[in-house]
Amino acid sequence: MNIGEFQTDRSPSGQKAAMETPLLDVRDLSLRIAGNETPLIRDVSFSVRPGERVGIVGESGCGKTMTGLSILRLLPPIGIAASGQVLFEGEDLFALSPGGLRAVRGRDIAMIFQEPMSALDPVFTVGEQIAEAYRAHFAASATEARARAMDALARVGIPAPDKRYFDYPHQLSGGMRQRVMIAMALICSPKLLIADEPTTALDVTVQSQITDLLRDISERTGTALLFITHDLGVVAETCTRVITMYAGEVVEDAPVDDILLAPRHPYTSGLLRSLPGLSPRRGKLPFIPGRVPSLAAMPVGCRFRERCSHAVPACEVYQRMEPVGPMHSTRCGRAGELSLMGAVH
Amino acid sequence: MSVQDLRIEFPTRDRSQTVKAVDGVDFEVLRGETLGIIGESGSGKTTLGRALVSLVKPVSGRVLHGGTDLAILRGRELRRVRADYQIVFQDPNAALNPRMTILDSIIEPAEILGHGNDASRRRDGLDMLAQVGLALEVAGRYPHELSGGQKQRVNIARVLTVRPKVIVCDEVVAALDVSIRGSILNLFADLQRSFDLTYVFITHDISVVSHISDRIGVTYLGKLMELGPAEDVIDRPLHPYSQALLSAEPLPLPSNLRPTRRIILQGEIPSPLAPPSGCRFRTRCPIAEAKCAEEVPQWRQVRNGHWAACHFAREDGHSATGANCNDQKGGSNEDAE
Ligand SMILES: Nc1ncnc2c1ncn2[C@@H]1O[C@H](COP(=O)(O)OP(=O)(O)OP(=O)(O)O)[C@@H](O)[C@H]1O
Ligand SMILES: Nc1ncnc2c1ncn2[C@@H]1O[C@H](COP(=O)(O)OP(=O)(O)O)[C@@H](O)[C@H]1O
Ligand code: SF4
Ligand code: SF4
Ligand SMILES: [Mg+2]
Ligand SMILES: [Mg+2]
Repeated sequence: MNIGEFQTDRSPSGQKAAMETPLLDVRDLSLRIAGNETPLIRDVSFSVRPGERVGIVGESGCGKTMTGLSILRLLPPIGIAASGQVLFEGEDLFALSPGGLRAVRGRDIAMIFQEPMSALDPVFTVGEQIAEAYRAHFAASATEARARAMDALARVGIPAPDKRYFDYPHQLSGGMRQRVMIAMALICSPKLLIADEPTTALDVTVQSQITDLLRDISERTGTALLFITHDLGVVAETCTRVITMYAGEVVEDAPVDDILLAPRHPYTSGLLRSLPGLSPRRGKLPFIPGRVPSLAAMPVGCRFRERCSHAVPACEVYQRMEPVGPMHSTRCGRAGELSLMGAVH
Repeated sequence: MSVQDLRIEFPTRDRSQTVKAVDGVDFEVLRGETLGIIGESGSGKTTLGRALVSLVKPVSGRVLHGGTDLAILRGRELRRVRADYQIVFQDPNAALNPRMTILDSIIEPAEILGHGNDASRRRDGLDMLAQVGLALEVAGRYPHELSGGQKQRVNIARVLTVRPKVIVCDEVVAALDVSIRGSILNLFADLQRSFDLTYVFITHDISVVSHISDRIGVTYLGKLMELGPAEDVIDRPLHPYSQALLSAEPLPLPSNLRPTRRIILQGEIPSPLAPPSGCRFRTRCPIAEAKCAEEVPQWRQVRNGHWAACHFAREDGHSATGANCNDQKGGSNEDAE
């Protein structure tokens, strides 16, 4: 298996993708906690095309995880009301029966999380769990499922899969567990893999192995990826398009290279400029003042207003997502007049 | 501060084996510098940091604080010298009592040491609150009312009240959003100037360590692999492990500006219960040779003020012959585009 660096040619596949119908189309997704007027997630709309790799970035608490979970209706049972549509190949997942949803989960759409330990059952071997994930969706003999599971372990770069099959989760390192999760997620050849911070708990050397693996698998099998992370470096190395979320809203949506070179939302620009690697050594580091507002203190109009150095009175009204270029849109009324700094200057 | 052949071990839970968390390190911390320590998790960074402020006892070797071995001090004298060496942890909540007001938390260390009286401590605590950029009204609040970044400022104010000479910072920005890390790192830089501080800055984040450090040490499985001036370690690393670590950092750059060569290490850090023989990096080293399994590489000064522990480290930075670098036999593969 080649997990080395290879150049991703982003634009042609991006253009090709633009002509296809979306695989996943999230339309006006809003989430409300019972008794709260302000929605936790407001009018989130974005799409993922077949084979596309889309990153979702933003600070802690901006709603990345909630958005990812709501696609498969996996939200915690705390009285959250969801509205809007989540179309998967044209079918509204929100309108599916529980049985219909179970058929999609793990089969067409799979999900992996930051902490693989919590998603693995400690009393079964990792091989059994992968085989079981296969048998949940396909009629297969135990022998066939086992062969497929071993093959899946091999494909995610686990050495001696015929031995590791019989390991229990606690016998594996963090990086190996995440590979097991990926093997389990991919066993049914899903069309979309949602990965929520899959490398955040890992060391940088292991992180680069996992991101390379995900990108490699996506390129070879055409599995689309929705990659939730707070790390713009990881997005740059893994994804073709990126969505910035702030305070429960999508504020920018663009091809990765475009957003790195010329972000069109002050928040994205602030996130990029905050990266210490982009400032001269020992110099003052830029940062975004303040913090993500709580639901109770959510400003009206642009939600980023109180932290934005470009705010003007006109920002006090609701800001719409508007196109600012080919495949690039942003939720900032001043986008046209601002010239914002990206990762290169 | 001078660290001499320091070794720290912990028994495993069933007490049948020992973890060599720190396994023989030698280095000095220079007055007024920021010494960055970088390495993967489990490489012994935290244990080393705790040893520097004598929170953990070495099984052998010494940490000299201004020439004094704290192990020979007792009572008041020990407490007085120890106060010069403080530590701030990754978890902003670790040192804060949820039932104490922020001001009470800030003055607690000075209180324990018996500095001044209650009124002077409170005055000093409020002053420190301002020094770390927090509003006065924060003083009467409780930890749960503060953000992670604000709590980390409180933790800094807390150690400043005892006027330390050295602060060990263990992953102090790791729990914070990237968007506010800059403000905390700027604060550390400002305080270093105002209070004449020396920092040992432990982190696994290469961009953070390269930004703030004067010198950088690289740890792997309880040992130092490399130590030298920050610019040198980042731009011209001597050790194959440092080279791999640096090349693994994900860069937020457009595809046409990203380096096409990348060293991908295979596998993960081995168990510290049974580190590999010879060079402990050899199981993942792309240029390992037979010698590496047999001989422990010496800790030697390869360039002026720049140490490395690799048989093949040379002044020009090339660790081995070019042929070896492209060889895939080692524990890694290094692909051109
Ligand atoms: N169980 C819960 N009960 C109430 N509110 C919640 C719950 N889980 C999340 N929230 C709130 O929902 C919002 C979005 O949270 P979410 O976990 O989606 O953020 P995130 O962007 O994934 O953050 P992180 O980077 O920390 O993972 C936050 O305001 C959070 O406080
Ligand atoms: N109190 C302890 N008891 C037992 N083992 C420990 C203890 N503290 C650290 N270790 C072990 O020592 C090694 C080094 O740990 P640590 O210093 O925390 O590394 P790092 O900070 O680089 O991640 C690890 O294998 C860890 O499990
Ligand atoms: S709308 Fe106004 S406040 Fe919001 S991001 Fe744009 S300039 Fe800033
Ligand atoms: S001593 Fe050998 S194994 Fe160790 S870093 Fe050098 S070349 Fe690699
Ligand atoms: Mg999350
Ligand atoms: Mg640590």
